[in-house]
Amino acid sequence: MKMTYRALLGASVAACLSGAALAETTITVATVNNGDMVRMQGLMDDFYAKHPDIKVEWVTLEENILRQNVTTDIATGGGQYDVITIGTYEVPIWAKQNWLESLNDLPADYDIDDLLPAIRGGLTVDGKLYASPFYGESSFLNYRKDLAEKAGITIPDAPTWDDIKAAAAAMTDKDAGIYGICLRGKAGWGENMAFLTTMANSYGARWFDENWQPQFDQPEWKAVMTDYVELLTKYGPPGASNNGYNENLTLSLQGKCAMRMDATVSAGALTDPAQSEFADKVGFALAPDAGLGKRANWLWAWSLAVPASSDAKEAAKTFINWATNKDYIALVASKEGWRNAPPGTRTSLYANPEYAALPFAKMTIDSINAADPTNPATKPVPYVGVQFVAIPEFAGLATSVGEVFSAALAGQKTVDEALAEAQTLAVDEMTAAGYIK
Amino acid sequence: MARAVTPRRMILTTIAAWGVALVIAFPVIWMILTSFKTEASAVASPPELIGASWTVENYVEVWSRSDYPRFFWNSVVISVGSTLLGLAIAIPAAWSMAFVPGKKTKDLLMWMLSTKMMPAVGVLIPMYLLFQRLGLFDTKIGLVLALMLMNLPIIVWMLYTYFKEIPGEILEAARMDGAALWNEIVYVLTPMALPGIASTLLLNIILAWNEAFWTITLTTTKAAPLSAFIASFSAPQGLFYAKLSAASTMAIAPILILGWFSQKQLVRGLTFGAVK
Repeated sequence: MKMTYRALLGASVAACLSGAALAETTITVATVNNGDMVRMQGLMDDFYAKHPDIKVEWVTLEENILRQNVTTDIATGGGQYDVITIGTYEVPIWAKQNWLESLNDLPADYDIDDLLPAIRGGLTVDGKLYASPFYGESSFLNYRKDLAEKAGITIPDAPTWDDIKAAAAAMTDKDAGIYGICLRGKAGWGENMAFLTTMANSYGARWFDENWQPQFDQPEWKAVMTDYVELLTKYGPPGASNNGYNENLTLSLQGKCAMRMDATVSAGALTDPAQSEFADKVGFALAPDAGLGKRANWLWAWSLAVPASSDAKEAAKTFINWATNKDYIALVASKEGWRNAPPGTRTSLYANPEYAALPFAKMTIDSINAADPTNPATKPVPYVGVQFVAIPEFAGLATSVGEVFSAALAGQKTVDEALAEAQTLAVDEMTAAGYIK
Repeated sequence: MARAVTPRRMILTTIAAWGVALVIAFPVIWMILTSFKTEASAVASPPELIGASWTVENYVEVWSRSDYPRFFWNSVVISVGSTLLGLAIAIPAAWSMAFVPGKKTKDLLMWMLSTKMMPAVGVLIPMYLLFQRLGLFDTKIGLVLALMLMNLPIIVWMLYTYFKEIPGEILEAARMDGAALWNEIVYVLTPMALPGIASTLLLNIILAWNEAFWTITLTTTKAAPLSAFIASFSAPQGLFYAKLSAASTMAIAPILILGWFSQKQLVRGLTFGAVK
C-alpha cells in the first residue's frame, strides 16, 4: 500500500515537472484586418507544429484604434501586446522613443540582407532594424489595355504626367460609365494626402523647406493641385472626393477606371479572374514623373514589431521570424499560389522565376526601388518619408490639410483658397509644435 | 377641454410620425440592407437598391472569421452585470436622496452628473494604469466595474426622479407598521417604482452594450465584447462596408430584439411621472 502511495506521489511529481517543461508561452499579436494578415491566421498550424510551446492570441482592430491602444499600452508599460502590426510611418518615431525592441538579433535563417533595401531603410533607425516587413508596397499605374488600344494610344512603361493627361482625355467615355482616371479623393493622411504628397514630390513640391517652413504657398503646389483637380473633375468618376483605396479598387475591378494610380498590393486582385472580368486586360506602368527625376510613387510596409513593454520578447521574435521569413512566403505560395505571396519585402521573391512571371512583379519591384524615403523630393527636405513626413504631428496635420484639399476637389473651395488654408494650418501646427521658432 | 381629433388631423399626424420614425431608423435599415449586398454593390454610386446584388456571403465570412459566441457572451455578462451592480448601489443611494435629503443632496447630484461631462479619453491613462496594477485588464469583472461606474450617475439620477414621484407618506406608513429599512426599500418602494426601475435597467443595458471606448481600450482577447468584434472588421485599405455592416447587424441584433420586446416597459418607465 505504501508503495502505491509512493508511486502515485512520484507520478504526480513527474507529471507536474513534465507539465512545467511543456509550459507554453502565450503571446498576444495585435494586427489590422487585411487579406494577408487574415491568410496568416489561417496558416497557424504550421507555426504550432514548429513551436508547440508558443500559443498565439490575436487582437484584430481598426488601424487608428490599434494605434491608440498600442501607444497607450507602450507609454504606460502595460505589456498587453507582444507583437504589433506597425506602419512605416510609426517605426522611426516609436524607435526614437525607445518603444520598440531591436530585431537585429533574429536568427541567421531570417536573412536580414535579403530584405529589399528601400523597405529595410524605412524600418531602420541608427543602423538597427526595429520592425520586420510582412508585406511592402509602392504605388503604380494600372490601366485597361483594351481601352488604350481602342483609343489608339500607348501608355509607356515610365509615363510622364503629360502622357497621363492625354491618355485620360482619350479614354474617358462618361456616357458608357468609363472614367479616364481614378485617384484618391477621400480626406485622410493615408488617403488623398498619401497620393498628393507623392504627386507633389514628382512636381518638385515639398511639405517643408530645410527650416520646417510649410511650402503650400509655392508655385509647385499650385501646379499639383490645379492638375489634380482638373484631372479628376474632367475625367474622374462622380463623387471622386469621397473615393479612397477601396472605392477606386472596386471601380477598377468593375472595369470603370481606364487608369488608376494606387497601391501595388492591389495588383493581385486586379489580375485575378475570380475578382475581375477585366483581369486579362490590365496593364501596369510606373507612376508618372514631370521630368524632374522623381516619380509619384510611395513606399509603405505593414511590419511586425515587438513593443519594449512585452514580457515575452523571445517568443514574440520567434513568431516574427516565422511570419516574415522566406519560408513563410514559400508556405503561402505552396498553399495559395505565388499570386498571393506577401509582396514587396524580399529580394529573393523577385528572383524567383515563378513569381517574376506574374504580370505585376517587375513593375512592383521597380516601383519600390524607385522610392527613396530619405530623399523623397527634388529639393532638400528635413524629414524622412515618401508619402508622409515622419514626425508625430504629421498624421493630424495631413488629415486637416486633406479635408481642405478634398473640399477643393468637391468644388467647395478654389485651389487658391485651399492652398492658403493649408499653409495657415501647417504654419500654426508647426509653430505650436516648436519646429518654427 | 380636449380638442376633437379629426380624421384629417389623424392622417397627417400618422404620416408625420411614420416619416420621423423612418428618418430615425433609416441608418439602421440601410446598414441591414448593405449587409446583404456584395462589396461592389455596397459602394456603388449612385447607391443601389432594386438592382443590387444580394448575398448572405458576408454573414458566412464574418461568422467563420470570428468567435462571435464569445464576443456575444462577453457583451451579455458585461452589460447585464454592470447594470445589476449599478442598480444594487443606486437604489439605496436614490432612496436616501429622495426621501431623506441633506443640505448638499442637490449639489451631490449635480457633481455626480458633472462626471459625465468629461470626455472619457481624459481619464484614459489613469484608468489604464489602475486596470493594469489591479489585474483587471482584459477581464469581465474589470469591465463590469468600469461600465457600472460610468453609468452610475445616470442610474442614480433616473431612480431619484422616479422615487421623487412616490409619496413619502406611504413609506412612512410602512415604517409605522414596523417595517425595517431594508423591508421598506424591497417590499414597498421597489414594487411601486418597478416601471421606473425596469426602464432604468433596460436603458443601462443598452448603454453598456453599445459602449465602445472603454470596452475596446481595456480588453485584448479574453473579455472583448461585440464592440471590439465590429472594430475588427474595419480594414486599413478602407472600409469593406458589406462585411462591416454584417458584423454590425450581428452585434446590434440581440439588443434590438430586447428593445423591441420591452418597448412598452421602456416607454412606460421613461414617461413615468411625466403627467401629473
